[in-house]
Amino acid sequence: MDDWQQGGFGLYLHWPFCASKCPYCDFNSHVVASVDQAAWRDAYLSELRRSAVETGGRVLSSVFFGGGTPSLMQPDLVAAILDEVRRLWPRANDLEVTLEANPNSVDSGRFRGYSAAGVNRISMGIQALNDEDLRRLGRLHSVAEARRAFDIARDCFGRVSFDLIYARQHQALDDWRRELAEAAAMAVDHLSLYQLTIEDGTAFGARHAAGGLKGLPEDDIAADMYELTQEVLDTAGMPAYEVSNHARDGAESRHNVIYWRYGDYIGIGPGAHGRLTLAGQRFATEAPRSPQMWLDSVQKRGNGELPRTALSGEDCATEYILMAMRLREGADLRRYEALAGKPLDMEAIRRLEDMGLLGRSRDRIAATASGRIVLNAILREIVA
Amino acid sequence: MTELSQIRNFSIVAHIDHGKSTLADRLIQLTGTVAEREMKAQLLDSMDIERERGITIKANTVRIDYPAKDGKTYVLNLIDTPGHVDFGYEVSRSMRAVEGSLLVVDATQGVEAQTLANVYQAIDADHEIVPVLNKIDLPAAEPDQVKAQIEDVIGIDASEAIPISAKTGLGIPEVLEAIVHKLPAPKGDRTAPLKAMLVDSWYDSYLGVVVMIRVMDGVIRKGDRIKMMQTGAVYGIDKLSVLKPKMVDIAELGPGEIGVFTASIKQVRDTRVGDTITHEKRGTDKALPGFKPAQPVVFCGLFPVDANDFEALRDAIEKLALNDASFSYEMETSAALGFGFRCGFLGLLHLEVIRDRLEREYDLDLITTAPSVVFHLHMKDGEVRDLHNPADMPDLTYIDHIEEPRIKATIMVPDDYLGDVLKLCQDRRGIQMDLTYAGSRAMVVYDLPLAEVVFDFYDRLKSVTKGYASFDYQISEYREDTLVKMSILVNDEPVDALSIMVHRDRAESRGRMMCEKLKDLIPRHMFKIPIQAAIGGRVIARETIAALRKDVTAKCYGGDATRKRKLLDKQKAGKKKMRQFGKVEIPQSAFISALKMDG
Repeated sequence: MDDWQQGGFGLYLHWPFCASKCPYCDFNSHVVASVDQAAWRDAYLSELRRSAVETGGRVLSSVFFGGGTPSLMQPDLVAAILDEVRRLWPRANDLEVTLEANPNSVDSGRFRGYSAAGVNRISMGIQALNDEDLRRLGRLHSVAEARRAFDIARDCFGRVSFDLIYARQHQALDDWRRELAEAAAMAVDHLSLYQLTIEDGTAFGARHAAGGLKGLPEDDIAADMYELTQEVLDTAGMPAYEVSNHARDGAESRHNVIYWRYGDYIGIGPGAHGRLTLAGQRFATEAPRSPQMWLDSVQKRGNGELPRTALSGEDCATEYILMAMRLREGADLRRYEALAGKPLDMEAIRRLEDMGLLGRSRDRIAATASGRIVLNAILREIVA
Repeated sequence: MTELSQIRNFSIVAHIDHGKSTLADRLIQLTGTVAEREMKAQLLDSMDIERERGITIKANTVRIDYPAKDGKTYVLNLIDTPGHVDFGYEVSRSMRAVEGSLLVVDATQGVEAQTLANVYQAIDADHEIVPVLNKIDLPAAEPDQVKAQIEDVIGIDASEAIPISAKTGLGIPEVLEAIVHKLPAPKGDRTAPLKAMLVDSWYDSYLGVVVMIRVMDGVIRKGDRIKMMQTGAVYGIDKLSVLKPKMVDIAELGPGEIGVFTASIKQVRDTRVGDTITHEKRGTDKALPGFKPAQPVVFCGLFPVDANDFEALRDAIEKLALNDASFSYEMETSAALGFGFRCGFLGLLHLEVIRDRLEREYDLDLITTAPSVVFHLHMKDGEVRDLHNPADMPDLTYIDHIEEPRIKATIMVPDDYLGDVLKLCQDRRGIQMDLTYAGSRAMVVYDLPLAEVVFDFYDRLKSVTKGYASFDYQISEYREDTLVKMSILVNDEPVDALSIMVHRDRAESRGRMMCEKLKDLIPRHMFKIPIQAAIGGRVIARETIAALRKDVTAKCYGGDATRKRKLLDKQKAGKKKMRQFGKVEIPQSAFISALKMDG
C-alpha cells in the first residue's frame, strides 16, 4: 500500500480572482476587470483530463474550489467542471464538494446554481462580526449582509462553515469573547478561527514593517484569545479537530483532513500545489502563480504545471509530521519511521510528554491542548 | 654611510585623524622620495585594518634625502610609531630610536588624550619637540587657542608652532627646514663595538622576517655575523637596506642610521622589540637599557561558532602568533562553548585587531567571551597565582587576598559632558586624581580598575559624550580589593563562560543587570527558565524567563507543505548554531551582550 492511501485522495481547484485584495491575504489572488470564463473553463477541463490520465481509477473523496474568490465563478462553469470530474474519476459515496464564498448579496445570488451543479458544502469568509473591523480588514461586506448570505447558504447547502479572524487591531479579550459567543450561536457544525498573521508581501506586512498597524494584541493576549477560543467552542460542542478548525463530530472538512493526514491531492489552477504518488515516488507539483501564464501554458503546451519535484523519504516524513501534528488525532510513529527510514527523537518525545505537551498511546503521538498552542516549538524539538 | 651631522631622526606624535599619515605622505612627496605616480594615499599604513581604523599598529619608517636651504643634503629618517596605548612599549622603543618629534595637533580640535600619552613618551626620551598646527586652512581652525592649550596642557613652548595644511601642502617646506635646524643630530661612535636597537620586525612573504634597527654605535654590514643579546641567537646578515619606503640595498649602516635587514630568521617571535643587536665576535657586552618582554594584560576566550572549525582556528592562531610575539594563547575548554583558546593581548585594540584578522583573513566565525584581566591570587600558603579566567577561580578558603591591575586613565572632554564622564568613572570604581581645564575642555585623570575598563568602558564613554571625549590609559599597579567570582546559573546549571570577577559591593547590581539582560537575550522555551547570579552558593539576583505561551502557525493547508517543511529544515540548521546548555539554548550573542553595562 502506498503511503498516501492512509490520507485519502482529493482534488483542489484554484480560482485566482477577487473583487478586491484584502490587506492581510497572502494567497494567490488577483484583481482584474473581467475574466473570460469560457477560456478558463476549457483550461480547467483540459487540466482535469491530463491529471486523470495519471490517477484514473483512484476513488475521489473531495473536490475543493479555493481562491481567490470562487464565488465569482459562474454556476455553469462550476457545473461543467464537476460534470467532467464525475466522468473522469470514481467517487466516494459521500463525495464532499466545497466552494469558498464571499458573504455578499451578489455572490449569494449564485448559491442555488452551485448547489444544482453539485456543490454540497460552502465555506464563507465572514472574518469578523463587527463592521468597523470588517472595514479595517478590507472586506467589502457588512455584518448584516454576511448574516443574510449565511442564511441563504444554509437554505441551499447541507453543510456550511465560516471563517473568522481574531487578534485584530484594537481587539480586547472581552471583545473576542462576545464575538465568539455570537459565532458559536450562529455556526451550524463547522467553523475556522484564525489568529491574524502578518505575512510578508501583504499590505499589512508592509505597514507593520514600517512601524504602522498599531494596536495588535500582545503575544500574551493573543495566547489568551486562543485559549478562550478552545474553551468556548469546547462548551459549544465544536472542539478543535485541528489548530484553527472546529467541528461537531463527523462534520470535519474531509478535504482539509486529506492534507493533514498527508494524502495525495491534485492541484489545478494558478499557484496550486499538489502531492502525487506515482509508481511509489511522491512528487510535489506546482503551477505558475500568474493567471495569464498558467492559462497560456495550458493552452499552448496542454500542461499548466511547473516541473515537478521528487520528494525524498525524509522530506515526506517531515511534511507528514508537520501536517499530522496539527490534528487532534496526531501522527502515527510507525508511518513516520517508514517514510523517514529512522524514528522520531524519542527522547524529546518523552521530555515533551513529561511536560504535558504531548500525549502518546501506543504508536500515536498527539499534541495535548496545552501543546497545540506551541506546536511549532514541539516540531522543532522532535524533528531531529 | 652618512655624517652624523647630516642625519635627523624623528617621529610624528598625533591623535587619530589629526593628520599624521597625511603629513608623512607630504614630506615623502615633496622631497621626491617616491615618484608621483606611485603615491597612494597614506603610504605608511600597510595593513588593511590599519588603514580602515586610521591607526598605526606596526612601526614604519621612511628615509628621506632632503636638500636643505643651507646647500647640504640631509638624511631624514621618519619612524611612524604605533598610535595606540596598547602598544605603549613599542612606542617607547621607537621613541628611543629617534632624537626628536613633530607634535601634530589639529587646529580645529586641540590636544587629545592620546596625544598626551605619546608626547610624554617623547619627553621621556629627551626629544626635541616641534609643534605643528595642522588643518590651518579650515574655517574652524583656532591656532591661538590651540597654541595656548599646548603650552597649558603639555607644558612646551608653542610660540614657534608651524601652521600647516597637510592636505594642501601649505607649510610643508617650513616643516622640513625645522626638522634640520631644530632637531639635534644623533650621537654615536663609529669605532665602538656594534650596538643597534631592534625597533620592530615583521614577516614579509618574499623575504621572511624583516628586522628594523637603529644603529647606536659601530657599523653593521651585509654578511656580518650578529647576535641578539636577549635570545643569544646568532644570524648572518643576508640583506641590508634602507626604506624609501621601498627597500633600497645599502652596504653599511653607521651610527645614527636606521634601516632593515634580513637574516634567515624563521619567526617574528624570535625577535624581541627593544633587544640589542651586536656582532658575534668583538661585540659589546652592555645591552641598551629598557628592554621588557611583552606582557599580555587583557584575556578573552575565542571559540569557533561551528565546533568543526576548531582545527582551522588553531592553525590561524598559530600563524598569527608567529608574527606577533605579544599575543599569547592556550587551549581552553568551556562547558558552554566547547573547545577554543584563551588568548592574551596587550590591550583592547590589540584584541580587536587579532580577532578581526582571524575572522577576515582566515574566514572564521568566532565567539568572543568577555575580556578579563589578570588577577593576582595571594594564596594562604604564600603562593601567588595569576588568574586569567574567572572559570579557573580556586576555592575561596585557600585564598588570602586578591589583587587587580589599576590604570591611570586620562580623559579629555568638552565641558558639557564632564558630568556624564565623572559619573561613568565613578560607576566603574574610579578614584579621581586630577581635574583641570584648558579652555572649554576638561582633562580628568582617574585611577580605575582595568577590569572595569576592558569591556565596554570606551563604548560607553563615546556614547555619553557623543564621541567628543578622548581617552588613554597606562597600567599603574596591582592593588588589593574585595573581589569575588560571580557565577550565572541558567535553569539551575552554572554557565562557565558567563562567570565574572566583580567587586563585592557591585556584585548585586551587576548580577541583577546580567540576569535582566539574559532574560531578554534567551528566547522563551517551552518551560520557564530561572536565571540566577550567585557568589559561591548564595544567590544574589534572580529572574525568570516565562514559558513560551504561543507558537503555532494559524493556517497550514495543502499549498503550504513545501514552505513549512523548508522553514522547519532551516530552523533545524539554526538550532545547530545555538549553544545547548542543559535543556536551554543560548544564542551566541548572549555571551557578550549579557556583560554590557549600558545605562
